[in-house]
Amino acid sequence: MTTNAMWMLGLFLVSLLVLSWPLGQYMARVFQGERHFLTGAFQPVEKLIYRCCGIQSSDEMGWKQYALALLAFNLLGALFVYGLQRVQGMLPLNPQQMGAVAPDSAFNTAISFVTNTNWQGYSGESTMSYLTQMLALTVQNFLSAATGIAVVIALIRGFARHSLSTIGSFWVDMTRSTLYVLLPLSLVLAVVMVGQGTIQNFKPYQTVQTLDENTYQQAVTDKAGNPVKDAQGQPVMETVKTHEQTLAMGPVASQEAIKMIGTNGGGFFNANSAHPYENPTSLTNFLQMLAIFVIPAGLCFTFGAMVGDKRQGWAVLAAMTVIFVVMTCIVLVAEQHGNPALTLAGVDQHASTLQSGGNMEGKETRFGITASALFIAVTTSASCGAVNSMHDALTPLGGLVPTALMQMGEVVFGGVGSGLYGMLIFAILAVFIAGLMIGRTPEYLGKKIEIFEMKMTALTILVTPLLVLMGTSMAVMVMAGKTGIYNPGAHGFSEVLYAFTSAANNNGSAFAGLSTNTPFYNTMLGIAMWFGRFAMIVPILAIAGSLAAKKRLTANTGTMPTHGPLFVVLLIGTVLLVGALNYIPALALGPVAEHLQMQTVHP
Amino acid sequence: MSKKSALTSLLDPALIHEAISASFKKLAPDTQWKNPVMFVVYIGSILATLLFVQTLRGQGEGHAWFVGAIAVWLWFTVLFANFAEALAEGRSKAQAASLRSTKKNVMAKKLYHHQDRSKCLPTDSASLRKGDFILIEAGDIVPADGEVVEGVASVDESAITGESAPVIRESGGDFSAVTGGTRVLSDWIVVKVSVNPGEAFLDRMIAMVEGAKRQKTPNEIALSILLVALTIVFLVVTATLLPFSLFSATASGAGAPITVTTLIVLLVCLIPTTIGGLLSAIGVAGMSRMMQANVIATSGRAVEAAGDVDVLLLDKTGTITLGNRQASDFIPAPGIRQEQLADAAQLSSLADETPEGRSIVILAKETFGLRQSDFNAQQAVFVPFSAHTRMSGINYTDTFGVREIRKGAMDAIRKYVQEAGGYFPEAVEREVAEVARRGSTPLVVAEQSRVLGVIELKDIVKGGIKERFAELRQMGIKTIMITGDNPLTAAAIAAEAGVDDFLAEATPEAKLKLIRDHQTEGKLVAMTGDGTNDAPALAQADVAVAMNTGTQAAKEAGNMVDLDSNPTKLIEIVEIGKQMLMTRGSLTTFSISNDIAKYFAIIPAAFATTYPQLASLNVMHLNSPDSAILSAVIFNAIIIVFLIPLALKGITYKAQSAARLLRSNLLIYGLGGLIVPFIGIKAIDMLLGLLGLV
Repeated sequence: MTTNAMWMLGLFLVSLLVLSWPLGQYMARVFQGERHFLTGAFQPVEKLIYRCCGIQSSDEMGWKQYALALLAFNLLGALFVYGLQRVQGMLPLNPQQMGAVAPDSAFNTAISFVTNTNWQGYSGESTMSYLTQMLALTVQNFLSAATGIAVVIALIRGFARHSLSTIGSFWVDMTRSTLYVLLPLSLVLAVVMVGQGTIQNFKPYQTVQTLDENTYQQAVTDKAGNPVKDAQGQPVMETVKTHEQTLAMGPVASQEAIKMIGTNGGGFFNANSAHPYENPTSLTNFLQMLAIFVIPAGLCFTFGAMVGDKRQGWAVLAAMTVIFVVMTCIVLVAEQHGNPALTLAGVDQHASTLQSGGNMEGKETRFGITASALFIAVTTSASCGAVNSMHDALTPLGGLVPTALMQMGEVVFGGVGSGLYGMLIFAILAVFIAGLMIGRTPEYLGKKIEIFEMKMTALTILVTPLLVLMGTSMAVMVMAGKTGIYNPGAHGFSEVLYAFTSAANNNGSAFAGLSTNTPFYNTMLGIAMWFGRFAMIVPILAIAGSLAAKKRLTANTGTMPTHGPLFVVLLIGTVLLVGALNYIPALALGPVAEHLQMQTVHP
Repeated sequence: MSKKSALTSLLDPALIHEAISASFKKLAPDTQWKNPVMFVVYIGSILATLLFVQTLRGQGEGHAWFVGAIAVWLWFTVLFANFAEALAEGRSKAQAASLRSTKKNVMAKKLYHHQDRSKCLPTDSASLRKGDFILIEAGDIVPADGEVVEGVASVDESAITGESAPVIRESGGDFSAVTGGTRVLSDWIVVKVSVNPGEAFLDRMIAMVEGAKRQKTPNEIALSILLVALTIVFLVVTATLLPFSLFSATASGAGAPITVTTLIVLLVCLIPTTIGGLLSAIGVAGMSRMMQANVIATSGRAVEAAGDVDVLLLDKTGTITLGNRQASDFIPAPGIRQEQLADAAQLSSLADETPEGRSIVILAKETFGLRQSDFNAQQAVFVPFSAHTRMSGINYTDTFGVREIRKGAMDAIRKYVQEAGGYFPEAVEREVAEVARRGSTPLVVAEQSRVLGVIELKDIVKGGIKERFAELRQMGIKTIMITGDNPLTAAAIAAEAGVDDFLAEATPEAKLKLIRDHQTEGKLVAMTGDGTNDAPALAQADVAVAMNTGTQAAKEAGNMVDLDSNPTKLIEIVEIGKQMLMTRGSLTTFSISNDIAKYFAIIPAAFATTYPQLASLNVMHLNSPDSAILSAVIFNAIIIVFLIPLALKGITYKAQSAARLLRSNLLIYGLGGLIVPFIGIKAIDMLLGLLGLV
């Protein structure tokens, strides 16, 4: 690892701590309904919203009602996003005259944005009107993030309360997380980004003259903007020579801010955060990484504050940080080390004053290896999925890290809300096994973990491996899946595995190299995203409900401490053994095999 | 049923022989189905056997001997798990058999009318019904559980308790219960039968021990759910590996896809067979350990709850202190010599046969060398303690004339002295208060109108009890002393014994309230009791241990019965409960940790032809792919056998804080679980190589 990388990582962690600690305390006040510095300014708005929607903010819900409200709300959201994409051609704010999005793609995108996955089978600048980007996608960026926060707050309440049948009001939690947390943070970030050069306009795409003649291949598209395919199902390509370049425009900054803060990750443009209009400078790159982690890290502190024991929050955060740092170092080292095959071919891959060295394929020169590698670890630790480099071009080990981080269940910081609730499920699991080892019925934060909790926990640990492994095996068996794979051998397998891992864990980043905007992948990945999200949320709310109804026991020396280094190690061990163990055979056939093949290249 | 015989029975050839045959009988599908994890192995074994048959016909995959060996070892895995369960059950059955031998059908003397002992009908004990009255005379075996309604008799209960000293059973009070199977030694009693045949205490004991009625405990169910979930996940992991491997073989253009045999092995090795195979054995063994401690639990749930107990309610008398108070000091009144007081005290107690009285005589003898023989007074009349005067003493005549010595509680003596025209000195009053504050009982001695001084009767705290309470505190268990004493006395004894809290002047209502209060805070409460007035509290407590000497009501209300009637047993019960949970947790951790090494053995071997580069993951340098797979499956099977003693005996429990306990168990079973299979698989592989089998 270079000194630069160590400084960068250190600076990142310190900045994160400085920002997330106060945010965490603030969120605790917001969700406990206490007064805070935005109460005066925003409370009238909050009350107005309740009055308009006929919500009694004091009406609390049991877990079933909470889950039902959540599912209904998100289902309506998905239908709205789908509908808007299908009729966008007839609606305003569409200077490029984008037509209706194909049904399978619209289905996939609708689920993708509602589930906070933001997997993008389409490319934004050639598919979506400004209205769709703003009203459908950006709105869902807020709402899906708020949904995640609502669920984790309900779960925290389950721990904090005792002998109660309710876990809060879904409507109130949604309103507060949007109004008091997501909106103010997004506003600040968007303004800073505009200052750094991110665009924010409704202009039609601009055509500029280039100095050199450009020659490139382009897929032929039909009137609807969908690629024309030949008899073999391959897209028809044409060669274009031009002195002109079209620059896509749009209200980017407003979508970019919530894309990071809500760990959504769906880019305005196809190139995502590698695009200079989305991520213009090193500073915005750094801020984007911080924005991804700030709420997930802050929620750990919220958790500690709300359960009345700050050490609990620190322990969870420590476990996340340890895994994150180790995994980041692996990408950094793997990418900086480069490819031995290139060394054999006489390429100098050492870092020097003139070059960054290592594997620069697929990376932006303005970010270099360190900022790209860190971004990769951040975006896949959290279920963000924004990319500032092409993950497909990573070294095999460098590519293994994001895959493995997602496969752990997106609990290393993870998505806003979803990361912490996933991690708390692992904590319950860790406490269950370890609790038995000290000869007591396991308890976490004074709540006994019994049959019902274990049933629900069992469901949550089953869902994602089932979706990922069965989806992947389906894709490598049927023709429709295999035709999308561009790369041969182990790498091709890694691409499919990555796609399903990303979808089922609601990350949304793509390994690329896989043609996924096809009815097969759009449908399969859509299913994986939907169940990866809601088949987790429902059992978690059930756990919240069951915990809230229990008595809260006071800790004594016979209680297993869940705040020390020992618990952190135990939690990490559980995440690795229960979360990641399932994927070892699949990883062995993908990145591991590829890495070992690369190492055995001989002159 | 002593501890010694229980230990040797683990290696008893007869038991092992029986367990081996039982492990084959358990191969019936409906029995296997009850254990989902092992059922998967069972199906895998059948599949592997079919594959073996196929290879014999020359159509299958791989060498016949290899597939055959895999099939054999998979069957062994199933058999080993069955063996563990059968062995645990066998031990319990042996215990039940010894219990059953005490239960014989005897002829009972059923009375037509309970007030008329002259006419009785000889009836078989099996046909006695609840509410029948029976006469039991010297030499008779008690035919059924019941309550003494008339008479008093000495009963030999050694068949149940192992205690040879006979006990007195009489109507009314706390010693009215008789248990079927015991023998009346002297006199006669009329007993009202309290249970129908088959519901007797002994029947319930046998049913529990035999495991016929053994129901899974809540933690066991929760753990089973986790194990089933892990099994399903690994089922998907291995099932999807076939398409992955097919695709990889095509894509890399090399090698053959993974064989079904290897997939079965991988599945069996990954699913938690170690804990899955031993889980029910651990439960049966836990019940069995309770039996060894001479405690009968009427539900497995109670045994498990014992491990969770947060609060222990302990009776002062008999548990914390020795049953009797002992004289510890003579404190003379002003103007009286201590020897004078001791002499008077001894005189007044000569005829007092209570332990307290005897201790006064002994103390006087030991401190002043006063002997009973020194007493040669004439016309001595002993005045026994009466509820009316609340004093005891002696009247006698010596050279000074007629003398009256009395001892008793302060207010009784004050009345006596004042009636005789004397007065009660203030100094003595202060002494009395001081003695009471120390937790002792003051007895005042007076001679007619003159107060001589105070005898201090001390509660003697049992040796070693303070250390036990300290251990409990470390385990996070709060101890509460229950006593009828006044708060001052109670506080002093509580401090001396080192209990955390006490309930003084305890009434049945106060006890019940105390338990409820703790339960509202979400705490689990354990208590012991023997009297009928303990029954409501016993019924309310989560773990309620009734003394076998106690009343039928107490035994019915409790969920455990201590055959030794030793109130300190509660502590042992808690430890056994904890041990059972710990054994499960530790073996689960061990089982899951084992998977890492198994991956390292099987993955490189499974894909050796597709991606030969994966051989660098063969960190154990196993001989060949076949040897690696075989070694893994052999290790997976024999580790069950190695862990059977641990599962049956339970993990050693030391009283220490949860944090320390967790650290040491994580090191042993977590880290150990990571490392042991690497060594084990390598050793088996070397052995296979040496034998030239691979």
